[in-house]
Amino acid sequence: MTGLVADFLPALRDAARAVPAGLTDGHGQAAGRRFAVYRNNVAVSLTEALETGFPCLFRLLGAENFRPLARMFVDRHLPASPLMMQYGAEMPVFLAGFPALDRYPYLPDVARLELARRDSYHAADATPMDAARLAVDDLDALRLIFAPAVRLVQSDWPLHAIWAHTMADGPSPAAEAQSVLITRADFDPIPHALTPAEGGFIAALMAGATLGTAFATAAPAFDPTRALTLLISHAALTDTRTP
Amino acid sequence: MFDRSPSDLPCSPGVGFKADHFAALLADPGAVGWIEIHAENYMGAGGRPLAQLRALAERFAVSVHGVGLSIGGEGQLDADHLARLKHLTGWLNPASFSEHLAWSTHDGAYLNDLLPLPYTAATLTRVADHIDRVQTVLGRRMLLENPSSYLAFAESDWSEPDFLRELVRRTGCGLLLDVNNVFISATNLGFAPQGYIDAFPLDAVGEVHLGGHDPDHDDHGAPLLIDSHGCAVADPVWALLDHTLARMGPRPVLIEWDNDVPEWPVLASEAARAAAALARIAA
Repeated sequence: MTGLVADFLPALRDAARAVPAGLTDGHGQAAGRRFAVYRNNVAVSLTEALETGFPCLFRLLGAENFRPLARMFVDRHLPASPLMMQYGAEMPVFLAGFPALDRYPYLPDVARLELARRDSYHAADATPMDAARLAVDDLDALRLIFAPAVRLVQSDWPLHAIWAHTMADGPSPAAEAQSVLITRADFDPIPHALTPAEGGFIAALMAGATLGTAFATAAPAFDPTRALTLLISHAALTDTRTP
Repeated sequence: MFDRSPSDLPCSPGVGFKADHFAALLADPGAVGWIEIHAENYMGAGGRPLAQLRALAERFAVSVHGVGLSIGGEGQLDADHLARLKHLTGWLNPASFSEHLAWSTHDGAYLNDLLPLPYTAATLTRVADHIDRVQTVLGRRMLLENPSSYLAFAESDWSEPDFLRELVRRTGCGLLLDVNNVFISATNLGFAPQGYIDAFPLDAVGEVHLGGHDPDHDDHGAPLLIDSHGCAVADPVWALLDHTLARMGPRPVLIEWDNDVPEWPVLASEAARAAAALARIAA
């Protein structure tokens, strides 16, 4: 196969290249468009994998824009492993570096949200902790252990509203920044809208800060009640520790 | 080294499992006696895919079918992927593990298609080495599947059945005979499908695949069948299954339907048709 990969692979990825020599129809005639079946399988199957993996981007851009964009992504970023569940990690950076999309600066964050949802879907299962674990004398000293399926995407855009409007007929997004917390109580990841202050608070907790430190570094007059209630009621926490 | 039958699957119909069928399959499996999963879809850490797989494994024999190992690839096998396969087959202990005579990865880039190989002495040596490695790491015999072909390599100097027979002799692996692939390759490359079956090392077959294909044509107007797995099994493929089972005896027979997946009753009726084919040779 000395010539196989050397000749086959470039022609597979670039339709402008000639079909490699030495490929036939089984009776000595040149393979011609038979080779295009493999070309097509590679391009279409990977484009479809991106369509499946980024359903919100697909709807926002429309098939007529998403598919050519996905083909360009495939040209630049072939999968690094056979796990299609992981394909597309470079999408946020790819979109951010795409000048024609300057008018849609929130698209990279939508891609980050979709990657986070996929990660959450396949993350390890965990048993949530009892809310009584927070009934301690020195709450400030507690650190929270998050379930493996919890993800946080902080954004300068109304990210949750964009997602909900596109995927679940939610109201039109208002012009306010939102972060998105993803929880997975059983098998379905659920995105929750957070204020930027709540996003910052949970980010600090996820990074290992104590409740006291996370609260002290939050905005003045920040009320952590809603964020903590969300974490408890959606099985986002598995344990606490005091260092 | 691997003193076992080619597979431990029952000689009944199986189906390629689709998540949408989970509830319907458990409620009314019909003729289905076992299921097959694509290994790569069950390599996450948890969540619904693994929960469904654990539930199915309590009820059905499971075949793990890899689509991404690139056994025909020029470089070394991907050690990380092999470790993932070892983990999956380790905890699940499936009745069978199979992969393809094809390549799909080069230089760490995965192409998501089963790409063809020339049948030469060099390919034979490389593929045999890779099968040895897989069987050693997994600690079990594997089945290797014949490909569907759209073209041939001028440099090939082995026939496909002879090439597979030699791999069985060198490695002790078993074979997965995809009858739809035989029909597709025979149509596309212009040979008689029955002749291929008659030349095939049928004793080594541990599992049979059936699936749907789509018609197309090449530059010269010759028929070109595409291995789409997106429709019912074609009548001539059912006839070729009858021919195969009559020569080979009963084997586990899988229905593959991966694209435009139908409602469960449609797939169940395909499985019932496979059950009828198995019943005919038992009569």
